[in-house]
Amino acid sequence: MKNLLKYLVSLFALVTALNVFAAADLEVNTPGVNAIKSSMQARHAQLAGYYASGAVGLSMDGMITVRDAGSVPLAARQTVNALVAAENQDRSALYAEIANANGHPEWQAEIRGTFAQRWIQRAQSGWWVQSNNGWTQK
Amino acid sequence: MKKVWLALPLAAFALTACVTINIYFPAAAAEKAADKIIEEVWQTQQSDKPATPVVKETK
Repeated sequence: MKNLLKYLVSLFALVTALNVFAAADLEVNTPGVNAIKSSMQARHAQLAGYYASGAVGLSMDGMITVRDAGSVPLAARQTVNALVAAENQDRSALYAEIANANGHPEWQAEIRGTFAQRWIQRAQSGWWVQSNNGWTQK
Repeated sequence: MKKVWLALPLAAFALTACVTINIYFPAAAAEKAADKIIEEVWQTQQSDKPATPVVKETK
């Protein structure tokens, strides 16, 4: 009986220890994440003007979208579309990479949801962001 | 000796419960990580250097 008690106590300690370990941070400092981040950083210089003009907005699914193509000169529209497509590809890859890097590919949707909120929350004033009620300007 | 057979399923249950707890999404950590990445991508973080380079006066 005494041994069983000891066994259970040590088991409880083990479970507690593992739970503390599980509460650790989300790892985002991996070569994969850093590569995507640099790529997005470089692209942002080109995209910033379109965020400010309202041609491109931050959608509620953690992506960006061309919301007012009319405000972009015809000659630049192709460029904007390509920038938006490339950015969304990077964003998808980023969410997947963070999930995979932490050993939980199934977290991808939640990571995307978290990012979606944070992108919109941190958007600069004048930028267009999407919510359940449609598009609004920050 | 019989008690071992009682403890074994219990241990199995406890370990399963532990694994279940392990798969909870760390929402707070994710938010912090997202903020860090967004700051870097948009370059909105407060750095030690001034955001705009000091323009030297030309005479």
